Amino acid sequence: MSGFPWLTILIFLPLLGAAAIFAVKDASVRLVALGITVANLLISLPLWWLFDASSDQMQFVESARWIPPLFIYYKLGLDGISLPLVIMTTILMPLCVLISWRAIETRVRSFMAMLLIMECAMIGVFCALDFVLFYVFWEAMLIPMYLLIGIWGGPNRLYAAIKFFLYTFAGSVLLLVAIMVLYFQGGHTFDVLALSQQTYGLGLQIWLFVSFFVAFAVKIPMFPFHTWLPDAHVEAPTAGSVILASVLLKMGTYGFLRFSLPMLPDASRLLTPLMVILSIVAIIYGAYMALAQADLKKLIAYSSVSHMGFVTLGLFMFNIQGIEGAVMQMVNHGITTGGLFLCVGMIYERTHSRQIADNIGLTKPMPRYATFLVIFALSSLGLPGTNSFVGEFLVLVGTFLWSKIAAALASLGIILAAAYLLWMIQRVAFGVPAAHLLPKLHDCSPREMATLVPLVVLIFWIGLFPNPILSRMHTSVEKVIARVMPASQEETAASHRQNSLSARPALSANLEGTSDREAPLPPHFATIPTKEQQP
Amino acid sequence: MTFSVGDLFLILPELLVITTACIVLVLDPVLRRPDKDGLVWLSLGTLAICMGLTASQIGEQTLIFSGLVVIDTYGAFWKLLLYFVTGLTILLSYSYLKEERLYFGEYYGFILLALTGMMVMVSASDLLTIYLGTELMSLSLYTITGLKRAEPRSLEASAKYFVLGAFSSGILLYGISLLYGATGSTRLPQIATAIAGQGLSEPLLLFATILLAVGFGFKLAVVPFHMWTPDVYQGAPTSVTAFMAVASKAASFGAFLRVFVEGLGGLKANWSATFLLLCIATLLIGNIVALVQTNVKRMLAYSSIAHAGYALIGVVAAGRIEQSSGIASVLLYLSLYTFMTFGAFAIVAMLRKGGVEGEEIEDFTGLAKRHPMAALLMLIFMVSLAGIPPTAGFVGKLYIFLSAVEAGLTWLAALALIFAAISAYYYLRLVMVMYMREPSDQSDSAPRLVMSPTLSIVLACAVAGVVIFGVYPNPLVSFATQAVSTLK
Repeated sequence: MSGFPWLTILIFLPLLGAAAIFAVKDASVRLVALGITVANLLISLPLWWLFDASSDQMQFVESARWIPPLFIYYKLGLDGISLPLVIMTTILMPLCVLISWRAIETRVRSFMAMLLIMECAMIGVFCALDFVLFYVFWEAMLIPMYLLIGIWGGPNRLYAAIKFFLYTFAGSVLLLVAIMVLYFQGGHTFDVLALSQQTYGLGLQIWLFVSFFVAFAVKIPMFPFHTWLPDAHVEAPTAGSVILASVLLKMGTYGFLRFSLPMLPDASRLLTPLMVILSIVAIIYGAYMALAQADLKKLIAYSSVSHMGFVTLGLFMFNIQGIEGAVMQMVNHGITTGGLFLCVGMIYERTHSRQIADNIGLTKPMPRYATFLVIFALSSLGLPGTNSFVGEFLVLVGTFLWSKIAAALASLGIILAAAYLLWMIQRVAFGVPAAHLLPKLHDCSPREMATLVPLVVLIFWIGLFPNPILSRMHTSVEKVIARVMPASQEETAASHRQNSLSARPALSANLEGTSDREAPLPPHFATIPTKEQQP
Repeated sequence: MTFSVGDLFLILPELLVITTACIVLVLDPVLRRPDKDGLVWLSLGTLAICMGLTASQIGEQTLIFSGLVVIDTYGAFWKLLLYFVTGLTILLSYSYLKEERLYFGEYYGFILLALTGMMVMVSASDLLTIYLGTELMSLSLYTITGLKRAEPRSLEASAKYFVLGAFSSGILLYGISLLYGATGSTRLPQIATAIAGQGLSEPLLLFATILLAVGFGFKLAVVPFHMWTPDVYQGAPTSVTAFMAVASKAASFGAFLRVFVEGLGGLKANWSATFLLLCIATLLIGNIVALVQTNVKRMLAYSSIAHAGYALIGVVAAGRIEQSSGIASVLLYLSLYTFMTFGAFAIVAMLRKGGVEGEEIEDFTGLAKRHPMAALLMLIFMVSLAGIPPTAGFVGKLYIFLSAVEAGLTWLAALALIFAAISAYYYLRLVMVMYMREPSDQSDSAPRLVMSPTLSIVLACAVAGVVIFGVYPNPLVSFATQAVSTLK
């Protein structure tokens, strides 16, 4: 592997950019921000091809001593789970800059700097392989996000900003204690990979799991901890909502997958029923709440609660379908919900209202816009051929193998999603627009097209050819499963796998898009020779 | 009592500071007002020389004046910190006093006298010498607290500080005398030997320990001995408040740790339990009461009480384990606390402009529009005080809590972190006011804020410390570890 510090550049280029933004002329602030985010995207894309999908090791690893007395390292690396998330982040950031082009008029300089600092912290979270480094990035994004909501947000922004901050900060407090306990229990190291090799007593594991759970569940947000989300989403500026929904929420589920499952396998297995119940409650409750919303952003916010329920459900199935589906769903939710928030932001710029009642009948005056909105909505409800179908389908297959009742209940969420999204489409896209609004309803500008088209491309690309993403994450996910399901559990896991192999082609036979990944996958991996990893 | 001229050479920094203090006091009435600036530069020059002298004493380990004073790395650590803080205080005062129309040359003299007292405190190895240093520090501080003679609040603060300070000194002295009765000495090494010899059974010994803890508790502003802090911090001129909040706290911790670790180390189990209670009470009261403050100086006063509570966690942890990591984390915490607290007070001092007091939270409204740089710096200090990475405050908390977890006090670390989350609310309220509220019409007519050159230096030092040590604390960590290793 090349010694080129890809990840360091990826993390710190936006930070340098944030500093540079204060040095340029007013007129070019937006261009500089766009340039930096695009440059970061271009830097991240080669990783997709340089990544060795056959290896379950961390790649592009960088390691340097940071605080030697405590054995804290500056250690970065990517595996098949974090790679798609990093690329998703770098793809979304230029779009966030583009959508804020006209929407942000005050303190543009600071706004763009905040976006860039956020990018630095978000990529850092997905790349960090040292627990303290992870925690630093994890917390470092609180302040920029707090300012994004609080300065550029809607009328009730102060309340939403402090609520967001206190919820997430209080949540991660116990995470820090858990990290320190792990440090002493795991042999004086903060190395995530080393800590994942240790075994801890069951009692300790449960305590640690609960501490992790609070931090991650607030971020996701899981059912009882979700109340900050609708407020934050509604009040945040569009770019802030996109970042929150698409990236920040993923950090919670990423945390479960990277830390809770491999480090605390026994506790994870023991508490699976609880996690499943909370996930299913979130799926159904979020969907019901979405049905009742009159505010577009609130509707999407509650749909996020519901969709993230699928992710947590998939994670705690401990089978290859469930976890791969969950990771797929993390990426999909980022793309689809990001797109929906961008759409809402665009209509808000025109009518200055997010109420469904104020934005009806957009198809006639804004045909292009309505098309995009319908595509994102259909993707969000999991229409076959779009990205979310792949993720939700895999999660449900995984759930089905674990419990048929759970799968049936979770499927309710998909039905309800169809209900609230189609109902929303019916009102927003069709119907008769108010006459006084017609002059404001001009169709998407080229800039706005440029914001939405990449996401539409991704929706269909992932929907039709999910294999490139799935193949990259496969070995990494297997590694996690091998850790959570040790030898004693091997038989049950094996029987699950057996079931799944026979069940999958049958289930997916007549569903387009997924059939091309199902059958060839296991042989596909068997044929790829494992490359030797350099230390 | 033996005495050699060589001993005098080792206390050259102390001699130099006190000589300069006297020169400043004598020259002040003689000089005309424009020439008085010279006294400022003289004081700063002295500090620079002392810094060099003390730095050369790192690694030294000598008892001088028959064991009354010890020159060691531990003392050098605190002294360097104190010089730094005093230098910042003088720079801050230079522009602040002009704004307050306080033209007292004695001011700098008293600051230097207080510094001398602090230096004696951190390098004394005899309880009476420590007491001497404490008194010199306190008396100088009482005086400059009441410097705003026209303002009743300042005078009230001075009187309150004096009465309670004298009371606490009495308790401290009583504790010292009882300890002398129980062990037959006031020298810390002898006390340690005596305690090791006779065991823990002596009730007199425990009583003396409690009195010492109470006496130091007043100086450290630990709950329930904190009552003077908010009033004094609010009433004193802001530059003096900053000096007290940082330097006097650092020096008191320096002496306190030396007494309890070196002298009363044999009673570890006893004092550790006592400080555990004080620590929880301090965290609770400091953080909860800070929530409802509307005056920034009062808020920072309660915040400084709370931070003493965090530092006490390290002391409690040190009482439970053999390793010195607990004490080292206290040293680290206090030196990092210096940067953020001093920076915050410097911004408060900067807002004192024309008729505006600049102390109410309302006065910060829309600061991001009126002076973006000041708002940004205050944001960084507040974030650091709340302990959010990547700032110095996070590194300090990380070390403190690690030592707590190492000592088996995981629950205490969790409790303290929950209080840290609570504290984020009041720190961020200031950020909210600065960034998210529009300046009122009234503040449009408010005088334009300018950052004077000396203030810029102060703020640059503070923010550099917060950011650099937040990202790369290694030099400070290794210095603190080295300093603690000389503590027996």
